[in-house]
Amino acid sequence: MEQFIHDLIGNDLLATIVWCVLPLVFILGYAIVAILAEMKSASWFQDRLGPMRTGPWGIFQPFADVLKLLMKEDIVPARADKILFNLAPVIVFVGAYAAFAVLPFASEYVGADLNLGLFYLIAVSSFGVLGIIMGGWASNNKYSLLGAMRSAAQIVSYEVPSATALLIVAMMVGSLNLQDIITAQSGGFWNWFILGGPKSDVVLASGAVIHADIGNFVFLPLLLATFVIYYLSALAETNRTPFDIPEGESELVGGYHTEYSGMKFGMFFMAEYANMFLVSAVAAVVFFGGWQSPWGITLGEALDIPVLTLLEGVFWTAAKGFFFVFVMMWLRWTLPRLRVDQLMYMCWKVLIPASFALALVVGFIVVIR
Amino acid sequence: MLLEYLPLVLVLAVSLIFGIVATNASWLFGPRRPDPEKLSTYESGMTPVRTARQRFSVRFYMVAMLFIVFDIEVVFMYPWAVRFKDLGWFGFWEMLVFVGILMVGYGYIVKKGALEWD
Repeated sequence: MEQFIHDLIGNDLLATIVWCVLPLVFILGYAIVAILAEMKSASWFQDRLGPMRTGPWGIFQPFADVLKLLMKEDIVPARADKILFNLAPVIVFVGAYAAFAVLPFASEYVGADLNLGLFYLIAVSSFGVLGIIMGGWASNNKYSLLGAMRSAAQIVSYEVPSATALLIVAMMVGSLNLQDIITAQSGGFWNWFILGGPKSDVVLASGAVIHADIGNFVFLPLLLATFVIYYLSALAETNRTPFDIPEGESELVGGYHTEYSGMKFGMFFMAEYANMFLVSAVAAVVFFGGWQSPWGITLGEALDIPVLTLLEGVFWTAAKGFFFVFVMMWLRWTLPRLRVDQLMYMCWKVLIPASFALALVVGFIVVIR
Repeated sequence: MLLEYLPLVLVLAVSLIFGIVATNASWLFGPRRPDPEKLSTYESGMTPVRTARQRFSVRFYMVAMLFIVFDIEVVFMYPWAVRFKDLGWFGFWEMLVFVGILMVGYGYIVKKGALEWD
């Protein structure tokens, strides 16, 4: 991909810049689709039709919403801390977007192919909580402050089990490079980490070899549990139902973004959707083979067309990501909201001990084999 | 080597620029008709009572402190995970001791009731 853009533009720096803007284009397009998908899935789950007036089947509704947000008055409450109030939505968005830099969309398309990819991802994804606290504090509103405190407590708590869950896979691969993690799962869906990881030796790009055989199926139940822990934590980290108490509209109005209007509110909204895709894509990369097709080979490789391979990679990443985003929407209309004490119980007394125990058991089996 | 990290800086720059432009878009396109009622803090239609910056539950601090302990623990486990297969049993037992010490503390906070929200 880098080579492709490079050849197209003929300038190294310009190519890198184009590369870094591409995820933004992707997020904007994805957010439009996701808003509509959320509205339509919500209404269908509830046996309604949902938006129907704007265009056929209401498909232009997200555009109308974005236009409405753009034309809204920009209100900054008189008692708010102006600087922090204006900065908060930017920080939240930066936190969501920065992580896309290391997300591999295809074998040749990754912004920065870092050795520390997974680590960077975990570090940056908790950046957004800073913006949430800033927004909640600066609003000088009781609902905002309560929502921000709840949100911060929830996000930081659930960061521990999610990081531990990803660590388990990193232990099996022996690398934090996301491309290495995907390469380790090459060859077909039975090699994905959700089904126990590679079943034959894999050579990574660095030359390191992962020794594996059919006995890796013993990891299947363990990694399945790991995935469940990761996905639950991811739901909590994105403030999605059943963990949406920071935004519980029946008790906190809007939570930390109560006082925001116009595009500032829009940025919070977009950051939430970007985060949803991010955690889903990470689940896809780490447990479901990333840009690998379920049967291991791609049409582009078979026909020797690099561009087709690239597009297939992007397709599989997006398809797997969208699937988990859809599951999040599905859960939203299926499960009731948890109470704050249940939420903390779930994290500190169930997920954290379980994730450490899983790391221990997986480590034991890895060493003994 | 360091050039690998250039995209990270560029992505940060792109997101900052986009964020600043987008959050100011409403200011550009939207109307501006402020009045004292509109600019007052929202409190379900009531006149706001006192400031919002009051004391809140100490549990939030507890969670924040516990988070730091556990998160640093996990951060330490990452470099270990990369070399885990080479270290073998030595690495396994060492991490078991490391996590074990933390788990003693975990047992203590559970017994103390620091994780109870009532």
